[in-house]
This record gives sequence, C-alpha cells and structure tokens, in this order.
Amino acid sequence: MTEASVQSMFGWLVWRDLILAWRRRADVLATVFFFIIVTSLFPLGIGPERETLRAIAPGVVWVAALLASMLSLGRIFGNDYQDGTLEQLILTPQSTYLVVMAKVLAHWVVSEIPLVVIAPVLGLQFGLSQNTLLTVMVSLLLGTPVLSVIGSIGAALTLGLRAANVLVALLVLPLYIPVLIFGSGAVQATVTGTSAQAWLLLLGATLIVSLVFAPWATSAALKISVE
Amino acid sequence: MRDTRCGSVLTNQTSRPGPLEERDTAIIQLSVVTTFHNSIIMRVRFVFVFLLVELLMLEAINLTCVRGTRRLFKDLNFTVERGELIELRGPNGSGKTSLLRILCGLTTPAAGDVLWDGKNIRALGEEYSAVVVYLAHQNAVKDELTAIENLRIATGVSGHALSKQKAQNVLANVGLSQQQNLPARVLSAGQRRRLAMTRLLTSSATLWILDEVLTSLDESAMNLSREFMSEHLKNGGAAIVATHQDLNLTAPSVKRLQLS
Repeated sequence: MTEASVQSMFGWLVWRDLILAWRRRADVLATVFFFIIVTSLFPLGIGPERETLRAIAPGVVWVAALLASMLSLGRIFGNDYQDGTLEQLILTPQSTYLVVMAKVLAHWVVSEIPLVVIAPVLGLQFGLSQNTLLTVMVSLLLGTPVLSVIGSIGAALTLGLRAANVLVALLVLPLYIPVLIFGSGAVQATVTGTSAQAWLLLLGATLIVSLVFAPWATSAALKISVE
Repeated sequence: MRDTRCGSVLTNQTSRPGPLEERDTAIIQLSVVTTFHNSIIMRVRFVFVFLLVELLMLEAINLTCVRGTRRLFKDLNFTVERGELIELRGPNGSGKTSLLRILCGLTTPAAGDVLWDGKNIRALGEEYSAVVVYLAHQNAVKDELTAIENLRIATGVSGHALSKQKAQNVLANVGLSQQQNLPARVLSAGQRRRLAMTRLLTSSATLWILDEVLTSLDESAMNLSREFMSEHLKNGGAAIVATHQDLNLTAPSVKRLQLS
C-alpha cells in the first residue's frame, strides 16, 4: 500500500463522515444546544454575583463540554455498525488504527470544534476577562481531541449493547477526569492571575499520549464488537 | 492486483526448490546417468507442486465455530482453488454466515485455522483484506448518501477511488443509472442490493465471499450477478457463496459444502 493511497483512503473516510454529519446536522446541533443550555443554567440558577460566577466558570464550562461531547459519542460508530459499513471498514486494506483515527478526527471536527468556537461567547455570561476567554478556547482546543479519542474506546466497547449510552458514561467519564482537572485548572489559573502554561502543557501531553495509544484500544474493541 | 498475486506466487515457487537443487548437485557427483534421471523426476515433481500451489488459494483446517453455548460446526476442512466456486448450503441457523465471517477474518474460530497461500490470515492482516471482498447480508449502503456517492466513497475508502465517469458506468452496469443521484434511503431493497453488488465490480479481489447474494433481486439482477460471478471465476478468481437457491453457474469447478 503506497503512502498516497493510504492518505487518500484516510481523506475519503473523513470526507464521508463530514458529509454524513452535514446531512444529519440536527444531531450535531443538539450537542451544541445542550452545551449552550447547560452553561447558561448556572448563571441563571446561582444569581448575578460576579465573584461567585467567576469562581465556578472554569468547572462549569469544562463539565458542560465533557457532557456535551459524551452525548455525541454513540454516533462515532453506531450508525456504521447498524448498516454493516463498519465491517466493511474493518475489512479495508488499511489498518483499523487509521480507520479509527479518521473517524475520531471527523467526530472532533463535527462535534467538538463548535463547542470550542461557542465557548468564549458562553464565558461572557460568567464575566470572564478577554484573557481568560482565550485560555478557555486554547484549553478546549487541546482537551477536546482527548475527549473524542478516549470516548471512541467507550463507544467501540458498547456497540450493539442495550443502554449503551449509560454504559458509555460509566466507562468514559472516569477517564475524562485528568482532562477535566488540567482544562479547568488552566482556566482557573488565568482567572486568579497566574500562568496557565503548566496546565496547558499537561493537557498537550495528555493529548499526545492518548492520540498514540487510544486508537489501538479502540480498534481492538471494534474487532471484538464486530465479531 | 490479480496479476501481482500471481507474480508473488511465482516468486515463492522459484525460491522454494532450493533444497531440491542442492540434492541435484549431490547426485551429479554420483553418476551422470542417474543425475539426468533424477533431475527429470525432480522437475516433474516440481511442476506438480507448482501447479498445486498455484491453484490452491484458501485452506480451512479443522474449523470449529461456537456461538454462545451452541456448536455450529466442528472440524470443518475444505480448500478453495482458483476458478472454483463453493456453494455453501444449509438450513437457517446452521452457521453459514458465521463460516463466511470466519473466512474473511471478522470472527475468530473457536478452533482451527484459515490459510491463504499457506499463510494464516490472522498473520496476513490487511494484506489478506486486499484480496478478499465480502458481501454481507447487510448492504453497507449509507441512507444519507446518493447512489453514486455511496459507490465513490466505498471505493475511495477501500483504496481504488473511481472517477465520476467510471462510477456512472459501473452504476449503469447494475441498472441504476436513473437512480444515481437519489439518496439510498429511497431505493428499494433490490436496488440497494444492486448498489451493494457494485463492490464486486469495482474490487480487484481474487476471493469473493458472498452471503445470500440473490436475496431480494429480481430476475434480471439475478442473471446479472450470475454473469459477474461466472466472469470472475473465468478470470481465475474464486467465490464462496452461501445460498438457498441453485446458482446454475458454469464454473470450471463447483463444490458444494453442506452444513447441517
């Protein structure tokens, strides 16, 4: 298999998932609206005290992002599993690792990028400064791919099971904890006026490690689920 | 792709008789006459082995399949040769689909091995995937995509993307020219099956593994798929087909495998 054909296969797969997401855009919008509503409920429920809101903002934005991205995990493989496309993808002459990478990339673009883009607007409700909003974006930009790629393990393991959504939450949320700590830590640091660099570096390291190892786990899980 | 497969079989062969030739030279030292004799016998034997390996593609050895607590079949042995059609028969639930899934490497058998050109398909991995096309019970057709998008994306993902013009020709071949820009959602069951069949036409695989190909096809589509299969077998490919109907193919060699 030449490098060019591997690239084009990867490209076709990402392209396919993007078209499919576009044709089912209601699903994508549901995730974004969930994120918007959850983050908006907190200022409404807690009241307009600036200091309180500023203190809870990092945690709230990150927890909401976690939950929103979890909502969309079932779609990474679910539809392909049902119509038999997943089997065909596993049987393509490229490694399943690459199939997983392509699908995770498409999931990130479709379901996570909108969260990153909309987060600063939502941060305004919490009275966050411009500087902090930037950190929110950067931390989400580094953290959300981890959510996608680790979430793909849970999605693959629960394929075809009843109550898959609940199981995914139980499997995946504990694995999201480091991302939550580093991500909200970064925002917290900026809010309190210290440097967020250390947190962002940790987040970047988590990203690299999970990008290398999680797709292996996912492809193994996929092969088990398809059997 | 098919040519390169043959090529690799050939090179395997030329490297294999190494020990024989060593023995050839040893015999020369004994006597000229016997050397001549022996080498003829060796050549004949070499050609025989060569033909055997050339023809033999897939080998199932002592396959056992267990689903849940039920054992579907045990110690199943068979071989598939070039140009050969295997008709897989058996009542519902006898393990036809399970066997096909084992043969294409999706399922691991409870016991036994599947060999391709003498190598275990587990070890071959993606190299094996490149020579096999599997048409499952499910069509693997995406509802949201149009017929032509389905075809072009499926071929692109499996590594031999088609140009738009070629994709249109392929769709015309299976009688879907009129429907090429319709979303697959609105296609009938038979039309979706026809769309799935395009995977056979566009793939360069040597081994076709087909699960109930004729399901929900009308008369003309059935004939069409028979035509595709005959053409494939004539070109030296092989096919394993699970079916309830008679295929009535004029293949060079047809084996029937009955599961009970």
